[in-house]
Amino acid sequence: MDLLIDSFISAIGLVVSMDAEMVAIIGVSLKVSCVSTALASMIGVPLGFGIAFGRFAGKRMTITVLNTMLALPTVVIGLFVYAFISRRGIFGPLDLLYTQDAIIIGQVILIIPVIAAFTVAAISRIDERYRQTARTLGANRHQTAWVVFREARFGIVAAIVAAFGRVISEIGISMMLGGNIRGFTRTMTTAMALEYDKGSFVLAVALGIVLLGLSFGMNLLFHFFQGRVQSQ
Amino acid sequence: MSRFGRGVLGVLLVLFLGTFNVWAADKILKMSTTTSTQASGLLDVLLPELEKDTGIKVKVIAKGTGAALRDGMDGNVDVILVHAKDREMKFIEQGYGTKRYAVMHNDFIIIGPPADPAGLKGSSQAVAAFNKLAATKSRFVSRGDDSGTHTKEQSIWEKTGLTMETKTTVIEKKGKKRKITFTHPHGLGNWYWSIGQGMGKTLTLADEKQAYTMTDRGTFIKYKFGREVPIELVVLCQGDPTLANPYGVIPIDPQMHPHVKYELAKEFAEWLVSARAQTVISNYRLLGKQLFYGDATAQ
Repeated sequence: MDLLIDSFISAIGLVVSMDAEMVAIIGVSLKVSCVSTALASMIGVPLGFGIAFGRFAGKRMTITVLNTMLALPTVVIGLFVYAFISRRGIFGPLDLLYTQDAIIIGQVILIIPVIAAFTVAAISRIDERYRQTARTLGANRHQTAWVVFREARFGIVAAIVAAFGRVISEIGISMMLGGNIRGFTRTMTTAMALEYDKGSFVLAVALGIVLLGLSFGMNLLFHFFQGRVQSQ
Repeated sequence: MSRFGRGVLGVLLVLFLGTFNVWAADKILKMSTTTSTQASGLLDVLLPELEKDTGIKVKVIAKGTGAALRDGMDGNVDVILVHAKDREMKFIEQGYGTKRYAVMHNDFIIIGPPADPAGLKGSSQAVAAFNKLAATKSRFVSRGDDSGTHTKEQSIWEKTGLTMETKTTVIEKKGKKRKITFTHPHGLGNWYWSIGQGMGKTLTLADEKQAYTMTDRGTFIKYKFGREVPIELVVLCQGDPTLANPYGVIPIDPQMHPHVKYELAKEFAEWLVSARAQTVISNYRLLGKQLFYGDATAQ
């Protein structure tokens, strides 16, 4: 128990004193996660909206495939992206591997299904009568879509929050595509894995505390938006 | 308690004592060692010979030297086999181990891309080579994981005369403060990449980015000659005495951790420095190349 308690006490000290290295690592994590969430939202939300709102053959199959992709392991994505951007791969000359951009590419692929699937669910939840009412009031297709989008907005924000929670806590992609380079691509999760390997736990525990805090904050946000959806 | 209950208890007790005896009779030793001894394949040859001679079975936990020493300090293992002499001596001074037995050595080499933009080819001076890397800001990948290789790399950087940046982390453990220092030249995250991972990963990452790095010869031979897709990196600097890499074995002191199997650990350490084990070590070939040189016969 000593190990845990000692590490925990030192870790609290590290968090309180805002240790420069810890702050830098958190900065890299937040930057990468925010960019990938923003990019994935720009693709995932319209995608989910299109699937939910559109009428086309194979719609249910598409939704099933989307839901399956929610379970895509990060190491599989890491492996595939690695094969493409490795020096011996197709995009090798771009020199992307082991950069922050590489992590972002992997994470965007990871969470597009998350955002799209949650968006589909949010829009499906909107009562069909909204759509019919809008149509009877003389709205055209675009205006109808806008009405539905507005009604589903909290559900969509919840989707984005969930996606952010996924990327900030994943390690497979960050490790395989980022390479855990100190001061460059070292994120909270890869730093924790490294500190464990070194046998020094303080920074790992400190980052764990911050990560849990962030996840807690994200979940509060998530439940706040979910509550808004349900109270409608 | 009913007779049936007592009967069940009796049976359980017998079973328990039975298993206990089986465990006690087995000569099983737990050892933390560096990844290089396991990855090189030496242990796969050495440990079966050990079992033949002494009946000792060794459970191997392969980590970086820092983590292996830490395992020893915490009493998680009975014996450690590592390569960072200064830290090993300190380990014994602090009372964690009884004695360091010099087992063997191999050497480090500095490798890099065949194009060699920093012009290290044919050099046998590690410090001068590092100075050239810093002057040309050529990308260099460091283990950065507090391993024996990382310790050696830092000691060479310190001799270059460049301004070093040092970060010291103090860990408080059982009232004692332990310092972990991390030293690197200016350019962290820019041309100096510290990745905090094992030697194999460091080699593939350096190869991928056509960067320079420092490695133990064993892991390099495996990645250069033992793979279907060999790494392109080539040896550029070798033969410097500062690049020698001695391994020591240390039994954990039973006064610090009474539960360790000291007698077995001592028997194991003494076997490692015996003429027989030394021959096995020196005769070991990886892909036709000698990796380790016995140190005990020379003493």
